Amino acid sequence: MGQSLAEKILQRHTNDPVEGPGQIVRCRVSLALANDITAPLAIKSLRAMGVSRVFDPERVVLVCDHFTPNKDIDSAEQVKVVRDFARQFGIVHYYEGGDVGVEHALLPELGLVGPGDVVVGADSHTCTYGGLGAFATGLGSTDVAAAMALGETWFKVPETIRVDLVGTVAPYVSAKDFILEVIGRIGVAGALYKALEFGGPVVDAMSVEGRMTMANMAIEAGGKAGLFAADATTLAYTAAHGRTQDAPIVPDADAAYAQRLRVDVTGMSPRVACPHLPENVKPVEEVSGIPVDQVVIGSCTNGRIEDLRVAAAVLRGRKVARGVRLIVLPASPKAYRLALNEGLLEVFLDAGAVVGPPTCGPCLGGHMGILAGGERCLATTNRNFRGRMGSLESEVYLASPAVAAATAVAGTIIHPAQVAG
Amino acid sequence: MRFEGKAHVVGDHIDTDAIIPARFLVTADPGELGKNCMEGLTPGWVRRVSPGDVLVAGENFGCGSSREHAPLAILGAGIPVVLAKSFARIFYRNGFNMGLVLLEMGDAIDRLGDGNALVVDVAQGVVENRTTGETFQVRPVPGFMMEMLEAGGLVQYVRRRLGGAA
Repeated sequence: MGQSLAEKILQRHTNDPVEGPGQIVRCRVSLALANDITAPLAIKSLRAMGVSRVFDPERVVLVCDHFTPNKDIDSAEQVKVVRDFARQFGIVHYYEGGDVGVEHALLPELGLVGPGDVVVGADSHTCTYGGLGAFATGLGSTDVAAAMALGETWFKVPETIRVDLVGTVAPYVSAKDFILEVIGRIGVAGALYKALEFGGPVVDAMSVEGRMTMANMAIEAGGKAGLFAADATTLAYTAAHGRTQDAPIVPDADAAYAQRLRVDVTGMSPRVACPHLPENVKPVEEVSGIPVDQVVIGSCTNGRIEDLRVAAAVLRGRKVARGVRLIVLPASPKAYRLALNEGLLEVFLDAGAVVGPPTCGPCLGGHMGILAGGERCLATTNRNFRGRMGSLESEVYLASPAVAAATAVAGTIIHPAQVAG
Repeated sequence: MRFEGKAHVVGDHIDTDAIIPARFLVTADPGELGKNCMEGLTPGWVRRVSPGDVLVAGENFGCGSSREHAPLAILGAGIPVVLAKSFARIFYRNGFNMGLVLLEMGDAIDRLGDGNALVVDVAQGVVENRTTGETFQVRPVPGFMMEMLEAGGLVQYVRRRLGGAA
């Protein structure tokens, strides 16, 4: 029997033969990642473990992106702990200030992740790197601390749900809509303990950024990883980001899957996930007309340059509706600079948007866009749990950058074609 | 390992934002986090908990963020064990790493009511509902995880591996 992508990648990182789902394997990790919320706990655990060095100072990455620029004294103290640790342990890839980006947008741009890697991160959206053909998964701080110390961790080999995307993609429909559709079909626990492996002609034609958007939300279906084969498109992307040694990686044709899902996207319209779970997915037409107070474009899901281009195309020459706050946060310094050079920031400012620095802030209700009671936000982020972005009495709708930009202009949730034609 | 306490029942898909909202993630102290346990579900929820009580949850408990602050908040609130229909994957690992006992009960979870007096025997994999007189055999904790719990969690395990004092 052949191997799924998950099995194939894990096999490269363990000396044990990977025989199939349920088996526990020890794997060497390519990279261990933590952020300003989770690193302090990892550092505490490392010290309690009696650790005085990490397995490889070049393969531990610390990104202070959640509460930065620091929102208060406590978060400043927390980041200081991470900064001091990075200095003491000689961590090469420590990011804050002007070189910081939202971690999962930042690492691929820095060429730190590639096909066939095993990446563990103390952040649930670490699964984003599956878009590059990496087995990447979120773990807690102490698990990541152990990986930082030992250079390895253990995994239960997951079963895989294979999702094939086929058909013809309509205008204004993109990766975010596809992943919302999948989560809507299988539910927030639909891939619990399992890997999601995506393929099919629609995926083959999709950009790496789009694939990362989909992999990013595998966790919203409970998934352990969201995986894409590394093809010529992937290798072109990683080579452009300084990785010239990467090789293709694809699942075996006779791999065993726990479940197969075929999604024909022909005729599909943009999708919106309604409060308070990412599985409450509806076609945009069904929620059209719902007024919003705030729109957020950014995050590790949809704050990359491709997303900013889509949003700007809808916003160009238009104004944000009166009474609506549009917050645009490019997810990385590179996305920010490209947006500047391409004139996108001007489009956002002309439309009346607040353009902020790369930060995870509003996505998790941290800062820079907290909702008051009774307020409603449509965001390109990944989670709409109750109270996620602020008050327990607020609401978050999830959608693509195109829907977000159109909604900001209309002041109500709307199909982008109705705004931009 | 044996626990006795009162059941506090919560629903399906209780996410990490419900267990400990992001605004409280400026500390890693379990006692501090415990004061705000379940604050995203019901403000003031923790005030009904007595040390040793048992959290009883539905499907996919702990979904969402990787924040280890979630099991720490539960432990900090004085709750040593969570019974659920099922757990989200990252939370499941985190729980054991932090020394929080997690037992999956499947549909039998529906037989436990809020306020019921429970006895949980982890080694035997038995949950007794003293209020109704029912006893349930639950999926036992895998040997690997049990060893880690008994060692005091992942920190102690790694310490030993690296040759430090236990």
